Amino acid sequence: MKLLRLVPLLLLLSIVAACGGDDASNLTANTLQRALPTAPETLDQHKARSTQAADILRDLGEGLVGYSPDGELVPAAATSWDVSEDGLTYTFHLREGAKWSNGDPVVAAHFVAGVERLVNPATAAFYAEFLSDVARIEAPDDSTLVLTLTRPTPYLLSLLTHPATFPIHTPSVSEHGDGFARPGKFVSNGAYQLHAWVPGSVISLRRNEEYWNNAATSIDKVNYHVVVQDTAELNRYRAGELHITSTVPPDNFAQVQTELSDQLHVAPYLGVYYFGFNLSRPPFKDNPGLRQALSMAIDREQLTTKVTGRGEAPAYSWVPPGTNNYEPPALSYSAMTQAERNQVARNLYKAAGYSEENPLRIELRYNTSDTQRRTAAAIQDMWKETLGVETTLVNEEFQVLLANIRQGDITQVFRSSWIGDYNDAHGFLKILESDNPANSPGYQSDEFDSLMRRAAQQTDLASRRLYLEEAERVMLADHPTIPIYFYVSKHLVSPEIEGWGDNVLDYHYSQHLSFKAAQ
Amino acid sequence: MLRYTLLRILGAIPTLLLVIALAFLMVHAAPGGPFDDERALSPEIEANIAAAYHLDEPLPKQFLRYMGGLLRGDLGPSYRYLDYTVSELIAIGFPYSMRIGAAAMALALLIGVGAGTVAALRQGALLDRIVMGFSMIGISIPVFVVAPVLVLLLAVKLHWLPAGWTETGDLRRYLLPVITLALPQIAYIARLTRASMIDVLSRDFIRTAYAQGLGTATVVRVHALKPAMLPVLSYMGPAIAAVLTGSVVVEEIFGIPGLGQYFIGGALNRDYTLVLGIVVFYATLIIALNLLVDILYGVIDPRVRYR
Repeated sequence: MKLLRLVPLLLLLSIVAACGGDDASNLTANTLQRALPTAPETLDQHKARSTQAADILRDLGEGLVGYSPDGELVPAAATSWDVSEDGLTYTFHLREGAKWSNGDPVVAAHFVAGVERLVNPATAAFYAEFLSDVARIEAPDDSTLVLTLTRPTPYLLSLLTHPATFPIHTPSVSEHGDGFARPGKFVSNGAYQLHAWVPGSVISLRRNEEYWNNAATSIDKVNYHVVVQDTAELNRYRAGELHITSTVPPDNFAQVQTELSDQLHVAPYLGVYYFGFNLSRPPFKDNPGLRQALSMAIDREQLTTKVTGRGEAPAYSWVPPGTNNYEPPALSYSAMTQAERNQVARNLYKAAGYSEENPLRIELRYNTSDTQRRTAAAIQDMWKETLGVETTLVNEEFQVLLANIRQGDITQVFRSSWIGDYNDAHGFLKILESDNPANSPGYQSDEFDSLMRRAAQQTDLASRRLYLEEAERVMLADHPTIPIYFYVSKHLVSPEIEGWGDNVLDYHYSQHLSFKAAQ
Repeated sequence: MLRYTLLRILGAIPTLLLVIALAFLMVHAAPGGPFDDERALSPEIEANIAAAYHLDEPLPKQFLRYMGGLLRGDLGPSYRYLDYTVSELIAIGFPYSMRIGAAAMALALLIGVGAGTVAALRQGALLDRIVMGFSMIGISIPVFVVAPVLVLLLAVKLHWLPAGWTETGDLRRYLLPVITLALPQIAYIARLTRASMIDVLSRDFIRTAYAQGLGTATVVRVHALKPAMLPVLSYMGPAIAAVLTGSVVVEEIFGIPGLGQYFIGGALNRDYTLVLGIVVFYATLIIALNLLVDILYGVIDPRVRYR
């Protein structure tokens, strides 16, 4: 009986426990609330691999070169640079008076230390080979940095906007070791500094008063909220808790288009959604005709308007349109109508030895998600209708799918995608080189490889471009993959926010944004 | 009683070891690894990463390394949150999960027992039907449906409550998650209480109490409530476990940095150490809670004696 008297007390205590424990500061003035679809794995610029981590790191740090809101390359930590005639030596002149968030000057040696840490095997960096074309990096004095390349790399400047190439504050790395990328320890050279971090929930940034261009930074605080579910994200945006969303849920897209059209930003994005064939096993090994038939029978217009329906562009090439200094060649049949394509596809299907009595039976693997399932089911239908292919849909957890694609054993057709790390056609084409680890179909073509090698030797941008375009043309004719659509970036941006620019890389530095009322 | 408690604790050790070994085998049996990505890496980089995180060692050696760490109280580094250790993540996540869980349990007990008792006293009447009807809905509608509906109504339309987790200390951020989490438990506890209370109210000693001229309120409070609570009490162990682990969906929907969200993220990303760490932590907690409930049973029910 005595114990029962304790029950109300216990209840009261647990309610108090539920309420206490947080500081009740509620200062949200001049704070930008942004959303991330998944939690970044780290803020150590060399261990990071996700686009989410890179987004935050571009707020915290600054590379030699940066991007304007519209996606133009602009000087950042370097004010200018000279390129040698052979295109192999870049000399960067660093900004005078640039400082780290603790007031230390940013010197050329910090860039050298960054690259050394990036390539050091002990760092176990995901992007360790990102600068593999750089032979040497030297700092002749505090404000000069010289990069010597093994071959002309016209996209070097866009690589240097990537956080993996940012300078590193050497003293804090030696003091804290690998744990330097934490609040209270992280010393940064960008417009913001790390203030607080609750893993899986929120990362808070504060203005970096020492930043050379601090006067131009308008927003004092930036919170990155991890919101895994896209519908939850939309709800939070509508409730006024977020200023910028990371996406728009497919089921609500039409509604958003009508109700929030002035806040919706849909822009081409350097990413291709594709199906890959396992080229090391029948039925797709040495069978380009059959691969072409499956590719042609997919009605991409229908798919992008009726199934995905968020402004995606039908893909008839591998490299997305909008890629710098490049005009992607189109698949041979792109000028045909879908009816004509279907007719040719049926002929190819028959020529490959399949018919109504003897249909092709394949498995299509995709990672478990509603959007993937719908796309896969629509394509299953198109293949069945046009060719009579019996497709079994196999959904797998993402890591399982990756393992199966890699093993190349049971996998026949799989869904995948490639997102550009930098704005250059090479970044997309290289993954289909015979020895590239990301060549998941296992495409092997001497002709393609040699064109890629020749392109890499060109110092002249125009002739390099011709070789790359020719390489893509050769590859497309072999149909190692089915490019299905090109991604678009989709954001809701609050009408309170100014300075937002749509760009193909989907980079949106917080330092470029401001609140309308604040001006 | 002390002897009993000690024996139970000793008996829990093999259980815990078995749980750890099974969990270790299961997480490693899942295809893929923590650093697999659509952007496949070159063999050299892959080898670097595997070596840095000891993933290149044979499984038995990895197990011994893990057990060795565990004995020193070290749950290892997280592979999903590279800047944090598993112990740090549990220390961050558990207080949130616990606050939300405790508040949800408190709410469930208050409303569940109250509603169940009222329903039992009005057995068959309209009020009883309403309570039972609502509890049926509470049991059958899953959390991932209830949560968005509540958010849409209370946050998006009415702007009464925040729709998600706020980084500021705004206490209102707890309300929607707690209500969402409590609803099914309210329903269960209401049904349990009602059934048990009806049973107790038909007993002879209750009739005696009424015969003494006591009012219904006194009879229920003094005589009926305690015996009627026994089934609810035995449900508390599983209920607390259900609330703690069941908060996974709630935590993800509301973006709460709790253990449930870490667990799911860890499992999907093959964060072996994070998943194992949370399993070990929860297994220990559940064993301890079951023990506690058994001991409490002995205190409340004079017929139960431990030797």
